[in-house]
Amino acid sequence: MTPITVFASRNGKEILRDRLNLMFGVGFPIVLLLLLTAIQANVPVSLFEIGHLTPGIAVFGLSFISLFSGMLIAKDKTSSFLLRLFSSPLRSSDYILAYAVPLLPMAVAQITACFIVAFFLGLTINLHVLLAIIVLIPAASLFIGIGLLCGSVFNDKQVSGICGALLTNLSAWLSGTWFDLSLVGGWFERIASVLPFAPAVDAARAALRGDYGEIMPNLWIVLVYAVVTLIVAVIVFRRRMNGEHV
Amino acid sequence: MTTAIETKSLTKMYGSKTAVNSLNLSIKQGELFSLLGVNGAGKTTTIKMLSCLVLPTSGDAVLLGDSITADARAVKSKLNVSPQETAVARNLSVRENLELIAGIYGSDKKTSRMKAEEMLNTFSLTEVAKDKAKTLSGGMQRRLSIAMALITDPKILFLDEPTLGLDVLARRELWAAIQKLKGKITIILTTHYMEEAVSLSDRIGIMAKGQLKAVGTADELTTLTGSSNFEDAFVTLATHTEVIA
Repeated sequence: MTPITVFASRNGKEILRDRLNLMFGVGFPIVLLLLLTAIQANVPVSLFEIGHLTPGIAVFGLSFISLFSGMLIAKDKTSSFLLRLFSSPLRSSDYILAYAVPLLPMAVAQITACFIVAFFLGLTINLHVLLAIIVLIPAASLFIGIGLLCGSVFNDKQVSGICGALLTNLSAWLSGTWFDLSLVGGWFERIASVLPFAPAVDAARAALRGDYGEIMPNLWIVLVYAVVTLIVAVIVFRRRMNGEHV
Repeated sequence: MTTAIETKSLTKMYGSKTAVNSLNLSIKQGELFSLLGVNGAGKTTTIKMLSCLVLPTSGDAVLLGDSITADARAVKSKLNVSPQETAVARNLSVRENLELIAGIYGSDKKTSRMKAEEMLNTFSLTEVAKDKAKTLSGGMQRRLSIAMALITDPKILFLDEPTLGLDVLARRELWAAIQKLKGKITIILTTHYMEEAVSLSDRIGIMAKGQLKAVGTADELTTLTGSSNFEDAFVTLATHTEVIA
C-alpha cells in the first residue's frame, strides 16, 4: 500500500465506523423514499411518482456526503490530527486525493442503494438506471468538493451547521425533488435554475427516462460547479497546509 | 556533539504582529531542549516553523543539514511531532493508529505491524491495542500520540505541551516514557510546567513576546537571575525586557 492509500483507507474507516453517519447517509434518504412513496399510494394525484422521486432523493442524500467529508476534515483539524500529518512528507495533493477517493465509492453506493429500494417500490431496472447513476457522479464530486471546502475553512460545529442544516435544506428545496419549481416560479425558480441541485436532479431524471438530449444541458451546469468547487477546495486546503489563514 | 538544529534570525509575523522575533538558537543532537514561556510567547509558532508546518516570514533553520525553507520535504522525513492536542484518529484502534502513521511514512504492511508491536510494548499500550482511540483516557491518548510520533524513527521529536491537562500520575508516567528517550533522539519540548522542564531538560530556553530571553540549564538560569528557585528565575526572565544570555 502506498502512503496515499494508507491514509485513504483510514478516512474510509473513520466515516464507515461512525454509525450515525451510516444511519443518516443511507438510512435517511431510504426512509424518505419509503415515506413519500407511501404518501403517493394514498393520494389521487401524481406527487411522488417513483421515477421522478428517486433521482431527487439520491441528490438529497449526497448532501450527507458533504457533511461526512467536511466533518472528517474539520475534526482532524480541531484534534490536530491534520497538523500531525502535515509534518509528514505527504504532499497537499496526496491529502486531497486521500480524503476524496474513499468518498466517491460511498456516494455511488448511496445512490445505488436509493435505486435498489426504488426497484422494490416499482421502478423498472434497466440500462437507464445505470446511466442515471453515472450521470449523478459529477453531482457526487460536487458534494465531495463542498465537504472538502467546508472542512478546510470551518470548524466541526460550523460544518455541521453549514453542511448538516443549510446544504441539506438547499439541496432539498431548490432541487425540485418535492415539488415542481415552476409552481413557485419567480425569484425562487430563477435561483434554483442557477444553482446545481435542480440541474443535477433533472439530468438524472432525463437519463432515467431515456431522454438523452435533456441530459447534457443540465449536466454541464453541475460539471462547472463541481470543477470550480474542487479547484477552490484544493487551493484553500493548500493554503491551510502552508499555515496561512483563509 | 553534532548540531541538530540551528536557527538563523528565524522570524514569523502574522500581519503586523510578530509571533517569533529573530530567533537564534542551537540545539545539539541527542539533547532534550525545553522551550518555556507564557501563552503567546511564541513557543508553538517556533515548533511549527521548525517542523515545516508554517513558513517563516524571514530567516531560516537548518535541521540536520537541511534547510526548512529550501528543502522542507527532506526536513520532514527526519522529524515527527506530537501536537498540543492528542491528535489521534478517533475511530481507529490503538494498533491501527500506529500502523497508519508507519504506513504514511512509507513502511510496508509487515514493517508497520512490527513497528506498531514495538511501540505498543514500549509505551505499555498492549492491553488497549484493540480499543478505539476515542475510548482511551487522556493519559493513554497522550502516550499513544507520542508513540505515533516515534514509530517513524525520527531523529528530531517535537513535543508540544505533552502533559497539558493530565493528572499527576499520568504526567509522571509520561515523564518516565520521555526520560527513556533522552540521548537517543533530539527532543524539543514546550511546556508551562516548571517542574517538567527542570526534571526532563538538558537545557531550557525561555521565550517572551516572541523573543528568546535566555538559554541554559535550570541551575544556570537560576544563578543568572540570582533567584532562589527556577520558578522565580522564569518569572524574572519572562518579564525582563532585554535578552539576557
